[in-house]
Amino acid sequence: MAIVLIDQREIEIGDDEHLNGIEAAERAGIEIPHYCWHPGLSVAGSCRMCLVEMGTRDPGTGEISMLPKLVPACKTRATDGIVFVTNSEKVQRARAMVEEDLLLRHPIDCPICDKAGECSLQDYHFKYGRDRRRADIRPFTSRRREVGPEITLFVDRCVQCTRCVRFTREISGTSELFLSGRGADGEIAVMPGFPLNNKLSGNVVDLCPVGALGDKDFLYQQRVWFLERHAAVCTGCATGCSIWIEENEDRVWRVKPRENPHVNHWWICNDGRYGYSHVHDSRRLTVPRRRDGDSAAVVDWTGLPELLKSRLRESGRLAAVLSPFLTVEEAYLLAKFVRQLDPQAQLALGPVPTVGEDEEFGNQFSISAEKCPNRLGVEQVIAHFTGQVITFEQFLDELEEGSIKAAWVSGGYKSDWIDEPTARKFSGLEMLVVQDLFASPLSQLATFELPGAAPAERAGSYVNRADRLQSIRRAVRPPGGVRVEGSLYWDLLAMQGLYNAPAALDEVIERIGYFAAAAPGVPESGIDLKVNLLADSGGLDKLDQA
Amino acid sequence: MIDYQPVLLANIGKKDSHALAVYEAGGGYRTLKKVLGGTSPADVAAAVRASGLRGRGGAGFATGLKWSFIPDRYSGQIYMCVNADESEPGTFCNRVLMELDPHQVLEGIILSCFATAADTAYIYLRCEYPLAYKRLQAAIGECRAAGYLGENILGSGFSLEIHIHRGAAAYVCGEETGLIESIEGKRACPRIKPPFPAVEGLFGKPTIVNNIETLACVTHIMTRGVDWFRSMGTPSDPKNPRDPGSYGPKIFGISGHVNKPGYYEAPLGITTRELINDFGGGVWKGRRAKAAVPGGISTGLLTEAEFDLPLDFTGPIKAGCLGLGTGCMVVLDETYPIIDFLHNSCRFFNHESCGQCTPCREGTRWALELVQRIRAGRGRILDLDLLLEIADGIGIIPGTTICGLADGAAWPIKMAIRKFRDELEEYIKQTNPDGYASTEPALATAQ
Repeated sequence: MAIVLIDQREIEIGDDEHLNGIEAAERAGIEIPHYCWHPGLSVAGSCRMCLVEMGTRDPGTGEISMLPKLVPACKTRATDGIVFVTNSEKVQRARAMVEEDLLLRHPIDCPICDKAGECSLQDYHFKYGRDRRRADIRPFTSRRREVGPEITLFVDRCVQCTRCVRFTREISGTSELFLSGRGADGEIAVMPGFPLNNKLSGNVVDLCPVGALGDKDFLYQQRVWFLERHAAVCTGCATGCSIWIEENEDRVWRVKPRENPHVNHWWICNDGRYGYSHVHDSRRLTVPRRRDGDSAAVVDWTGLPELLKSRLRESGRLAAVLSPFLTVEEAYLLAKFVRQLDPQAQLALGPVPTVGEDEEFGNQFSISAEKCPNRLGVEQVIAHFTGQVITFEQFLDELEEGSIKAAWVSGGYKSDWIDEPTARKFSGLEMLVVQDLFASPLSQLATFELPGAAPAERAGSYVNRADRLQSIRRAVRPPGGVRVEGSLYWDLLAMQGLYNAPAALDEVIERIGYFAAAAPGVPESGIDLKVNLLADSGGLDKLDQA
Repeated sequence: MIDYQPVLLANIGKKDSHALAVYEAGGGYRTLKKVLGGTSPADVAAAVRASGLRGRGGAGFATGLKWSFIPDRYSGQIYMCVNADESEPGTFCNRVLMELDPHQVLEGIILSCFATAADTAYIYLRCEYPLAYKRLQAAIGECRAAGYLGENILGSGFSLEIHIHRGAAAYVCGEETGLIESIEGKRACPRIKPPFPAVEGLFGKPTIVNNIETLACVTHIMTRGVDWFRSMGTPSDPKNPRDPGSYGPKIFGISGHVNKPGYYEAPLGITTRELINDFGGGVWKGRRAKAAVPGGISTGLLTEAEFDLPLDFTGPIKAGCLGLGTGCMVVLDETYPIIDFLHNSCRFFNHESCGQCTPCREGTRWALELVQRIRAGRGRILDLDLLLEIADGIGIIPGTTICGLADGAAWPIKMAIRKFRDELEEYIKQTNPDGYASTEPALATAQ
């Protein structure tokens, strides 16, 4: 156990922890301002904003001797006996000087800068800067340069922290960005013909401590202080990155990574970042329709659950296709519902979209080939009810046998997921309920076509490919006319009150052993369900012995 | 006139002094043969340490101490980097060694590599020295042919390759870790220390970085002995425990307003006045000197009254200068305006800052633009205080930057204003009679 003294507060640091001054101070609730340092990147030590006074404490006498010069907290490891002083006059003077330096040639165009409101330069200036400008330096310029399809660069706002350069070298591994020019003439740049165009490029905007790198998708759309952020999970692939969904009045404006050391650290891929457009797609289904023969009529939600229930009960053998886009709770409630009507009802997993192969990047970040958030969770629900997992292909074969008379198909896919020949296999059913985001060849055949919710509109839990369960709450309300799956199933099962995802999860945990590890509650970063599997197989004992 | 027989410059007057035959005829490589014939590397290192040799590149760090930082019992690859990126303004003493006596340099490098167990040496050569490049390259070829370089040198079992790496004209490459980054093919951005190069340097391996002249001295220490070396110079000051003394010969350059600019060899510790009058032939045109830069522009300024301080590693510091620097003096006569000196140095360091650290990158630019405004006739007295504050905020001495370039950028500003404030104030008053006393924090008419 190492003891570090920070501003006369003693901080304990574990023996296996490697913390620098900034991290150690954070533990004491003390902010050390910094630009170039980022926990996920190599240490540059160049912005000089994190300068602090450092000394050592003699373990015997307790006497403290300080170094005469300042040290960068980012590059100084907090080891036993180290003393940091972060609030002395000397430190404050150095910070004020760095702030003044950085603002010498900064355009100070905060009123038109997207970063305003979440900008380190702005925040630190108010906290640590001087109240008056002393420099009278050449006219401010405000040049904009395109660096890639998603990213634009406001050259003169840059503070040359090189976080973005290090990101492309160390994490994305593509090295498109570099610093051209020297000294005060240095600028972030790309080589002609080699734009910043990689699957993680959006992260450089999050990394940029100032407004130099702009996200074209978000550029000039919203002031950040109007946005409300909601902790969520990305549904783009089976990695299940933790994200923030940032919305204003039920409109999603941007998606940002949410730090989660177990899943995605600090990053998300561009597919996840820009993959929210379907939420506000005008082609979304927004009203329930009932189809008799060739004619389709809009129906009202009032009384619809009762109607669905009675029609399904009359139809004979039932089946449900549980989409891997459903949350665990929704899959469980739907399965429970059809099994209540028909205890022999067949349950099948919806198609699992797969693109290419898993891709690995720095910081163990990876993009999964499996482009759905919850295959594992849904499989466990299905296995609980039927004892086995029927794939979509197996289910199609079973459909052709003709014993199944009615089916409930849940969709939720962001793009086309079923073609016409496949859809035609459902045409022999007496009754077909299709619940989906968009019209499809299958929904054209449906007796009841129900509009479904987008991921940002749902509450519930997903299990990623590494058996980590993460629970999220709703970020935006669905468009008028759409009923979120979970809430519809809740009604169909005639459960008390409004849809309550945590209550549903409690029932899942109680019934299905796989989810038992989530019983004490699900923390922000999710919970690893494998712990439970290890316990079942005696794996924990083996681990202990090892 | 001091009585001194040159050692480092002993060969340069000879015809074809750069050729191996001439160097050998003057006793060259005899020491190498003797050392490789029976002296252990540890003995060479011990001799260098005992001699009190300090780096001639500018900082004056003890060479033997630097060598001893290589981790004990380390048996892997060790590199030697020879700093020949002589780019401090006003400095040209390494150039003469490389152009006129390259073998003396090579012998020193081979001896030093032997002492530090380095089997590869890189000479980082300033790109503006094409003749030095040609001569050094030819000398390396001659050495290889003569068996002084390559595998198993003179049957001693010691092998060494020397490569020349030409810089691309960046001042910051003279900083030892900037130099290492440059050899590795990267931007010359100095590294944060620790780890120091002797532990983790070129390609992540222990590396010794020494100046050309320092290594040339190693040859003479091994030839003439430690006592000879310590017989010259200024002994350590018993009242200053941090002063290890300044021993040995030094090549002094002298340029600027003197009658006989050039390079001259003298023991450390001669005074500025001796250097100007005895070697430089006095200030030109019968004028008096106003000031002198003791060793490269980054060291600051000595006023005429300070000319009697000894030119050793501590002398100029007593006058507030950064140090002896490279020992190449620039003399300014009484007519030279200090504002021009200030402008010149600000322009140079703004251009040469690598741009990593905010205080140096932005501070040097700010200082330059301030001085440009003063020269344009829009200066204010309070600008001098602001300049001093900017200068105080730049540098590793307050701890605000990674490398020492920032100190070098700040020092000339501090020295010029502290020592010539009256002249600068007078200049501002005369060029800006209406606005010199303004105390507005910033000019309303900023352009």
